[in-house]
Amino acid sequence: MLFNKDSWKEIFDTIKKNKLRTFLSGFTVAIGILIFIILFGLGNGLENSFKTFFTDDKVNTIRLYPSSTTIPYRGYESQRRIKFTNSDLVDFQEKFNSRIEDIVVRNTFYFQMKYKERANNYSIRAVSPGHQEAELTIIMKGRYLNEGDITNRKKHAVIGRLVAEDLFQDEDPIGKYIFGSGHSWKVIGVFQDEGGDREERNLYVPYTSMQKIQKNNDEINQMIVIYDKNMSYNESLILEKDLESYIKEKKFISPDDNRGVYISNTGEEQENSRQFASVLSIIISFIGIGTLVAGIIGISNIMVFVVKERTKEIGIRKAIGATPNSIIAMVLQESIFITMISGYLGLVVALIILNGIGDNLMDKYFISNPYIQTSNAVWATIILIFFGALAGYLPARKAAKIKPIIALRDK
Amino acid sequence: MIEIKKLNKSYVIGKNSLHVLKGIEVSIKKGELVAIMGSSGSGKSTLLNIIGMLDNYDSGSYHLDNVPIKDLDETKAAKYRNQFLGFIFQSFNLINYKTAIENIALPLYYQGISRDERQKIAFEYLEKVGLGDWSEHLPSELSGGQKQRIAIARALASQPKVLLADEPTGALDSTTSEEVMALIKKINKEGKTILVVTHEHEIANMCNRIITLKDGVIVTDIQTS
Ligand SMILES: Nc1ncnc2c1ncn2[C@@H]1O[C@H](COP(=O)(O)OP(=O)(O)OP(=O)(O)O)[C@@H](O)[C@H]1O
Ligand SMILES: [Mg+2]
Repeated sequence: MLFNKDSWKEIFDTIKKNKLRTFLSGFTVAIGILIFIILFGLGNGLENSFKTFFTDDKVNTIRLYPSSTTIPYRGYESQRRIKFTNSDLVDFQEKFNSRIEDIVVRNTFYFQMKYKERANNYSIRAVSPGHQEAELTIIMKGRYLNEGDITNRKKHAVIGRLVAEDLFQDEDPIGKYIFGSGHSWKVIGVFQDEGGDREERNLYVPYTSMQKIQKNNDEINQMIVIYDKNMSYNESLILEKDLESYIKEKKFISPDDNRGVYISNTGEEQENSRQFASVLSIIISFIGIGTLVAGIIGISNIMVFVVKERTKEIGIRKAIGATPNSIIAMVLQESIFITMISGYLGLVVALIILNGIGDNLMDKYFISNPYIQTSNAVWATIILIFFGALAGYLPARKAAKIKPIIALRDK
Repeated sequence: MIEIKKLNKSYVIGKNSLHVLKGIEVSIKKGELVAIMGSSGSGKSTLLNIIGMLDNYDSGSYHLDNVPIKDLDETKAAKYRNQFLGFIFQSFNLINYKTAIENIALPLYYQGISRDERQKIAFEYLEKVGLGDWSEHLPSELSGGQKQRIAIARALASQPKVLLADEPTGALDSTTSEEVMALIKKINKEGKTILVVTHEHEIANMCNRIITLKDGVIVTDIQTS
């Protein structure tokens, strides 16, 4: 019966002649699928933007900044300015050697850089070579700073892509000299950074060279501790604590002082964003499941209504010789056919809409590249079709069982 | 053709049981045209529905063309109805979204007859009831008499042994009623066994035999010709 050509013709006939019914059930399924896919896709898009915003620095680091004390301690008054020096760097490195990959220096300055007639103000980062890994700086041309530059206090500069555009325009910057802070700097490399435009307006120079021209001091304003990638979030918290107590003891800062040294763990940010991302995906799943359930309820209601509306017709068909099975097959075939076609339509339209959205909602709603995994979309469609069929089957079976005389009496 | 002995039927409504048919004994031969009369509530429709296997009975026996009919499951009942019986209802019971010819062809669909063949047979019966020009019309576009004639054509299309009509003229005016009865009589002349439930004496008088029910019992059974 189910694969009989003639019975399909009968179904098509019925579908064609009962447009409202066909439309209602088809529309419910199509809309159900459409809303599901679009909401789910938008949710994924939100997650996308979130990931690009908050997971830029993939390397886990702990940042150390010296500041002023607020509590008198061991004969020192409060308001004492703490300093990190080159020898502190060596001490820290030796002390935590086993748990860290590197401690990187970053002293930030801001001054004008000039090439021929073109000049602009930039932030200059005086760093050690390990900074490349901490910041995930990508070299486009030339090279990054190396140990030789540090030891020999070379006046070398690695400039951002936008700095190169500003100052050199079409010229090749490598090997050229730029002028700033009373000295000439040789450009040895050009970099780009996925962190965005602001990052690409920086210049990197050896920190030792900057110290030399700053009256030959040995101060360090910020250290960036790069720790083992395999370290868990909790282990990194312990490392953070150990660093803090070690530094406080070394620099005679009260253990109760919240200042003196400022420590921030990017692992913490990442942990927060990781948690936020998982909350986000739970919410998205809920929305998805919610729409699906609503769709299932919708199609079930319509199928109950459809079968009820057809009770008398079913009675007539039975009186003239329809068996219960043929009645069930009729209702099922019709509902499966309609839900398959409309489910497919909803799927295609939704995917077209999602594709069309692309990055258009990025600026206002932070939704980038909404998408849905094909398997999720297909499963959702199958689930709706299945429940549509089930929702048709149950009342159809009931209607097929009742005596035709009762169905006929039903006005 | 129809052999009924000591047939009883009760309807149970809640705690009460309503004894509707009380020991019906009747035998109807092939080719008879039988009117079933009686006041409202006497059990006419109930008897006809049992004969038509639309309803079942409690005790007694019923044979249709020597086949015992008792407690059939719905699938078997559907087959028998399709093979043996044609129904004509007071309210026509046509499928409203199907055209005249499609309605007539429907019993043939359930007999597994091919589409072209169905179409051919259905058209023959459409002509027979004088509505050859109305094949593509929906029931809503037909008059009561026309609808009933379509219903008769549909009942005939499956070539049943017995035609059962429950007040076939109940919803029609007297002229149309006579036309429909004339058609029924003509079909009977061609050899079909027909049972007609009616309230109207004129209709009953056109039949060969009048059975009168009262409170679920046959009170008279008269041969008119
Ligand atoms: N499904 C049912 N459930 C309960 N009682 C019923 C049912 N069908 C019929 N009856 C009762 O059985 C009795 C006989 O009904 P039936 O329909 O056979 O009468 P009838 O002779 O055809 O009457 P009418 O001339 O009004 O059509 C009535 O009292 C009716 O109320
Ligand atoms: Mg009646």
